[in-house]
Amino acid sequence: MLGVLFGLILTKSEVISWWRIQEMFRFQSFHLYGIIGSAILVGLVSIQLIKRNHVKSLNGEPIAIADKKYNHGTWIGGIIFGLGWALTGACPGPLFAQLGSGVAGAAVLILAALAGTWTYSALREKLPH
Amino acid sequence: MALVRGRPLIGLTVPALLLIGNKALGISSSLRHVCAACVPAGIPFLTYNWRAEIWNLFFVLGIAVGGFLGYQVLGHPDTIAISAETVRDLKAQMGLTDFSGLLPKELFALENLANWKGWVFLVLGGFLVGFGTRYAGGCTSGHAISGLSNLQWVSLVAVIGFFIGGLLMTWVFYPLLF
Repeated sequence: MLGVLFGLILTKSEVISWWRIQEMFRFQSFHLYGIIGSAILVGLVSIQLIKRNHVKSLNGEPIAIADKKYNHGTWIGGIIFGLGWALTGACPGPLFAQLGSGVAGAAVLILAALAGTWTYSALREKLPH
Repeated sequence: MALVRGRPLIGLTVPALLLIGNKALGISSSLRHVCAACVPAGIPFLTYNWRAEIWNLFFVLGIAVGGFLGYQVLGHPDTIAISAETVRDLKAQMGLTDFSGLLPKELFALENLANWKGWVFLVLGGFLVGFGTRYAGGCTSGHAISGLSNLQWVSLVAVIGFFIGGLLMTWVFYPLLF
């Protein structure tokens, strides 16, 4: 249900459009910076509120967010993803939204992304981390 | 206007997932779960209880439904209203003429798989997204939105990496490709 809402917002805010991503990487519009920036701001404030008030989740667990751990993959993989992001104009979430919106090419993109994830998994021990 | 168009709502997904299920937002993990479920092939990184993470697969299924509702049911503009400068540059540098739809048909139509362009954009591009996000341990949702919201410096490194890659592609490799 939350996924539906998330997909709906991604679509309506045009985050899933290749055109918008190009506009962002060419610094020709504030559109995506505004969306991502305000998403981070809202997330930041709400996480602080959750942490300060020791809010529990619906199933009664104390809310815990695992820290992200650094390894060299963080920036090597980050750059590789960035190259793909500018080519496809899509990160993983928007790929699924594009598929739903009826873009046939998104099916190929998702299969290729699965192949990429699988290949990384297979080569993981040999890659610098 | 920003409020009406629902922009801050993307950020609200972070606390909503935490409050409902104590889950951290991250979409690229779904790709790993699908690999683990379908073709684990004895790879240690793909051998784990993916069923415990099944919410993530329902979440991306939901995203696809949201995409359908948002685009096909609620309607959409024929052309995304990108800036005139971007249109001008894409015409001049990449020779694009058809600006309709969510993505350029001249690059992403399935027929393009018959030539190198389709393979670069559809296959190589998708592959880099899948490979890079897992290597980096997250994508725009996991690192940029969820990670930066939680003040993770690792995520800042990742996001800087995303931009280095994106700018390299846009400003260095695109001019070489076209």
